[in-house]
Amino acid sequence: MKVFARLINALDSTNKTGLKLEAIERFLTDAVDSDKLWLLALFTGKRPKRNINTALMKQWAIELVNIPEWLFQESYASVGDLGETIALVLPPPTTYTERTLTEWMNLIIGLKEKTEEEKKDFVLQAWDSLPTTERFIFNKLLGGSFRLGISSQSLINALAKHYSLEANTITHSIMGDWKMEDVSFDKLIEGEYTDTQLSKPYPFCLAYALEKELEDLGDIKTWQAEYKWDGIRGQLIKRDGEVFIWSRGEELVTEQFPEVKTTLLQWPGNFVLDGELLVYKQKQVLNFSELQKRLNRKTLSKKMLDDLPVALFVYDLLEYEGEDWRNKTLQERREKVEALVLTNVSENIKLSQVIEVNDWDALKAIRENARLVNSEGLMLKHKGSPYHTGRKKGDWWKWKIDPLTIDAVLIYAQKGSGRRSAYYTDYTFAVKQGDQLVTIAKAYSGLTDKEIQEVSRFVNKNAIEKFGPVRTVKPELVFEIAFEGIGFSSRHKAGVALRFPRIVRWRKDKTVADIDEIEEIKKLIR
Amino acid sequence: MCFTFGIAFAIVFTNMIKFTPQGIFCVQGGFYIDPWKPVDMAVITHGHADHARWGMKKYLCHTDTVPILKSRISEDIDVTGIGYNETMTINGVKLSLHPAGHIIGSAQVRLEYKGKVTVISGDYKTQDDGLTTPFELVKCNEFVSESTFGLPIYNWLPVAEQNKQMQDWVLQNQANGKNSVFIGYSLGKAQRIMKAMEGVGPLLVHYSIGKLNQAYETVGVRLPEYDIVDLREDVKHLDKAIIIMPPALVDSTAIRKIPNMANAICSGWMQVRGARRWRSADAGFAISDHADWRGLNEVIKATGAEKVYITHGQTAVFTQYLNENGIAAEEVKTEFGAEEEVIENTTPAAE
Repeated sequence: MKVFARLINALDSTNKTGLKLEAIERFLTDAVDSDKLWLLALFTGKRPKRNINTALMKQWAIELVNIPEWLFQESYASVGDLGETIALVLPPPTTYTERTLTEWMNLIIGLKEKTEEEKKDFVLQAWDSLPTTERFIFNKLLGGSFRLGISSQSLINALAKHYSLEANTITHSIMGDWKMEDVSFDKLIEGEYTDTQLSKPYPFCLAYALEKELEDLGDIKTWQAEYKWDGIRGQLIKRDGEVFIWSRGEELVTEQFPEVKTTLLQWPGNFVLDGELLVYKQKQVLNFSELQKRLNRKTLSKKMLDDLPVALFVYDLLEYEGEDWRNKTLQERREKVEALVLTNVSENIKLSQVIEVNDWDALKAIRENARLVNSEGLMLKHKGSPYHTGRKKGDWWKWKIDPLTIDAVLIYAQKGSGRRSAYYTDYTFAVKQGDQLVTIAKAYSGLTDKEIQEVSRFVNKNAIEKFGPVRTVKPELVFEIAFEGIGFSSRHKAGVALRFPRIVRWRKDKTVADIDEIEEIKKLIR
Repeated sequence: MCFTFGIAFAIVFTNMIKFTPQGIFCVQGGFYIDPWKPVDMAVITHGHADHARWGMKKYLCHTDTVPILKSRISEDIDVTGIGYNETMTINGVKLSLHPAGHIIGSAQVRLEYKGKVTVISGDYKTQDDGLTTPFELVKCNEFVSESTFGLPIYNWLPVAEQNKQMQDWVLQNQANGKNSVFIGYSLGKAQRIMKAMEGVGPLLVHYSIGKLNQAYETVGVRLPEYDIVDLREDVKHLDKAIIIMPPALVDSTAIRKIPNMANAICSGWMQVRGARRWRSADAGFAISDHADWRGLNEVIKATGAEKVYITHGQTAVFTQYLNENGIAAEEVKTEFGAEEEVIENTTPAAE
């Protein structure tokens, strides 16, 4: 497992894509084919079922090291990962066993048939024969929660480069439904098991944020305005009776949207659509946070499909009956796509409506109210524009709504997990309520690493109380918090709930005396 | 207030040290150990900035620490150096210094008064790094200890294995046509990295490290050959070089000028994957000049101390653990650890 451990260690440490690619390259050169296949299997979530209870693993480690449970817990809090904590607290191994990743995986899969006693023996022996990194990987493989620190894009690019293959082909073949025992590595990535031409997507056309005055865009009649929807942008391919849904991250997400897939299967013809996947219920688009509940699940329960039905809002047409339509004008493509959607009336495939107005001022007003329909703002597309490859300035603009902002003071801080386990990264903010403070939002992102370190130092020096992992902090640091919406809420002390709160900037120029009043903030609610 | 009574069949120990707002105070001796506020007389365990501060009327430390203090504080300070195991008496308190194995010149301060022995260990490590005089165990009644890495997840690999890992990393970088940049504390860590890289390739160090290297050389420690690299100059020509930089420069634009580089942070905190990822270096090596978990426990047990004071690091956790294991321990608030940890990590000293 040495070769695999070196890969994992390299992927974990650096965040330079170039170095990650070098590490994968090295693995592809050094590893045996079956290990490469396992890499793909683990990467695409084809991991074996967990055969050992992680609570038991923890118990065995505690016994072995002979430390009190609370001390193990303190260690765990500091590491942020159970498998890693175990790997670190155990005494150094007394022997070394070199097995390939495949050999280890087979042993782990074989545990299913074993008794508790045999399982324990196996684990203790493995622990005693592996150095820390390999031990950690072993624990993760055993616990069934192994993740690789690399994006699918990078892995696929590395494979494509190493084997001189096309990236899309590899994506389609490895994302497909294959089983370890049925395939060989070479044939898998070469696409022997799938017809990759059928699923081949086009690059998405992307928009820049609007950077000029509307009036400078010229005649409004030459522009098509639509709502900018906040869901999953998708490319939906129907060719030869098969449906493929690609996300903008060039992942195949077909199985995550079974209702859309089913509908498209019923539509006649061959075509490629661009659109947005949204939770759409009772003729309302729901918040992205609702959609998120459905994403990246292994199985979608019937309840989830009923509670959070997804619809496709169609933006564009890229291909029709085998012909590439991307160089036709938006106007032509729009007419065709409207005809297509209107002849196949479906519950969960709709047109993204074109907003018809006669002057820019009217459009401004619509944008102002975009929040009411759970949209992020507007899109402006030139009617004469082709469907560009990638991001091109001038033809497509996104015109998002400005976020709302308040100034609030940091009062609680909690350490992050994983990469951020050593720092205070989760903050709770408060605003004024008379001469008291009342919590209003929790926010994680928006600060630079350097600022997080600075805040962490402040928390260390100014912690007042300790509630488990949470520190109460002297109210001194003021931050500007942006959010997309606000509503009354009985669940929060302040009586309001913010949507997507995030830190915009650290207001070092402000003191706690300058923060906002809750009564003033409530006036933002429309 | 405490009075001593000589009783025929029992000795009642006096309090020899007191934790004051100025620092650790030796009551009978009238001097301080590693004080953080200006005082008349300071005994210094080692040359790191959180233990050796400016403004003391008189300094007393190991002879090897003298050039470090002069280099870091001022040439004009009034400083006396003594050797390890050399004894002197101050106001009736017998004082001697013993190797702490932390960095060059680092010493545990042994104080003896009326048969009672207190040892203030400063920072220490039990691993022999091949440069520093190895740690010497001193039996005592009271032991003052750090606990920077006082969690069972922190256990270091043997020095030879650490060096091998670092060498392999450099060789791999060289094979990929890359410069290797190590980031480590300029006093102690940098010299260990140099030693580990001896014979692997030409060494370049930042001038701040070069300055401290001189302090090593003046007291007769031989270091591998090196050149000073000036990042203000053109560094584009650097090719497959090994470069050592202090932590203050980790995210600087100066370091980014080095072409085609992979960087590695050398610090005990790098033991944890989350910390390695967080620091966004390309590699992390868990190499520390502090005792690891096993080291701390072995030393504390072997001193035979009836009372242990934990000054910095994982104070709360480690104190509780010692108490549960029959060693009377107390957490004391000091200003140690701050300086070094700000650089290495912000994991609080107060936890």
